[in-house]
Amino acid sequence: MNWLARLSNIDRRMIFVLIGAAVIIPFFRPLWLPVHVTEHVKNVFDFIESIPPDGQAVLVSMDYSPETLPELYPMNLAILRHCFARDVRVVGMTLDPRGIGIGEMAIKTSADEYGKQYGEDYVYLGFRPGIVAVILGIGEDIKRVFGTDNYGADLDSLPVMAHLTNYDDISLVVTLASSTYPESWISYANSRYHQLIACGVTAVMAADFYPWLQTGQFIGMLGGLKGASEYELLVENAGYSRERKTATIGMDAQSVVHVLIVLFIVLGNIAYFASRRSAGGDA
Amino acid sequence: MSETVGIWIAALLTLGIFSFLYKDNPLYKFCEHLFVGISLGYYIAYYYHNGVIPKLYFPLVRQHNYFYIIPAFLGFLYFSRFVRKYAYLSRWPMAFVLGAGSGLSVPAIIQARIIRQMQGTMIDTITFSSIVMVVGVLATLSYFFFSREHKGFLKIASGMGIVYIMVGFGATFGYTVMARVSLLIGRAQFLLKDWLGIID
Repeated sequence: MNWLARLSNIDRRMIFVLIGAAVIIPFFRPLWLPVHVTEHVKNVFDFIESIPPDGQAVLVSMDYSPETLPELYPMNLAILRHCFARDVRVVGMTLDPRGIGIGEMAIKTSADEYGKQYGEDYVYLGFRPGIVAVILGIGEDIKRVFGTDNYGADLDSLPVMAHLTNYDDISLVVTLASSTYPESWISYANSRYHQLIACGVTAVMAADFYPWLQTGQFIGMLGGLKGASEYELLVENAGYSRERKTATIGMDAQSVVHVLIVLFIVLGNIAYFASRRSAGGDA
Repeated sequence: MSETVGIWIAALLTLGIFSFLYKDNPLYKFCEHLFVGISLGYYIAYYYHNGVIPKLYFPLVRQHNYFYIIPAFLGFLYFSRFVRKYAYLSRWPMAFVLGAGSGLSVPAIIQARIIRQMQGTMIDTITFSSIVMVVGVLATLSYFFFSREHKGFLKIASGMGIVYIMVGFGATFGYTVMARVSLLIGRAQFLLKDWLGIID
């Protein structure tokens, strides 16, 4: 058996071991590869940067579930840190019942880092069932949709909600999603109420959302771990945070694995074409 | 203490799921079934406490708003599927949901996904990117035009359409690889940092 035939019949578990090694080794020997900030990520950063302190609120809808935590949680923290560092009021919520605990963890962790007070600087509304009804309802009266916050407190009793009625009082909706929730935000909040929307999505979904960016229906987008690492860099460069950059650390491993996968694809194709040629020759 | 126990359970379940990479085994099956069961239980409990109780029980029982009997009755009809003789009644709430859902979605979706996307293709300044985009839209649409045989100009246009579609698939595949690797990186960070504590 020649080396090409051996390459074609390599045990798939060998590939898993190599991928595993490519992920783990960069954690011990970081390469600190540079991160290039793309326009779509910069647009989100610049917009939040332009909101005056204690001006209109930013609504962060954490519409994702635990399985996409590695991609979306770092960008969630980076965006919340940016808002809190600039004294922008934050309204947190989720359209996904599996995201309730994650949303609470993200908003509390970042708020505590900047000494923000619950009820005065930010609020966490939690989850209400009915995606369309919730998005449309916020356009009329946010208090009527939620009534209470995630902990059962009447929204009228929270100072942060005093001047917050509907989308007119929200400068930007940021939807961090692991499913098609951004499309619902576009279809109902943007189309009907002309609400500005930015999204942070998993890499699997990112390619599908570029047409919405081109039309301006999203003001910007953070795509996967790469988008998260770009936002982490922007927040750090602006001097807003010195916290551990989870996504940026992961990007070294990401790059090494990509090189390895490209190598596998090239070798696989060489082996395939060579075996086809030799089969043709035999015939 | 509870956090440590939680981390150990999460780490062992992660390793149980990863054991499938070697070959299918009872430990993997246990972890998989546990995940499905917990997810379903969580959904049922959460929707009951955040949907049925505040949105139906409280208005009906505490506020005596008897108008809510109508949606409650419609919702209850879903359970008629369990009785073959009355299964047809479950179509009523479905018809209501489909009717209301379509009425809400159709205008919004036409505006968001068709009109705005068409507007996006109507360029006001000619740049290289805009030409690539317009040509791509027309070529891709021509590939899906099946009312005429693809020959002559239509063959060239649909051929270009295939190239655009392949580029789209390639971009999606690349992003998908990135997403899957990100999940592996997340688990590796958890195991090495939170569980074993051997990285910062």
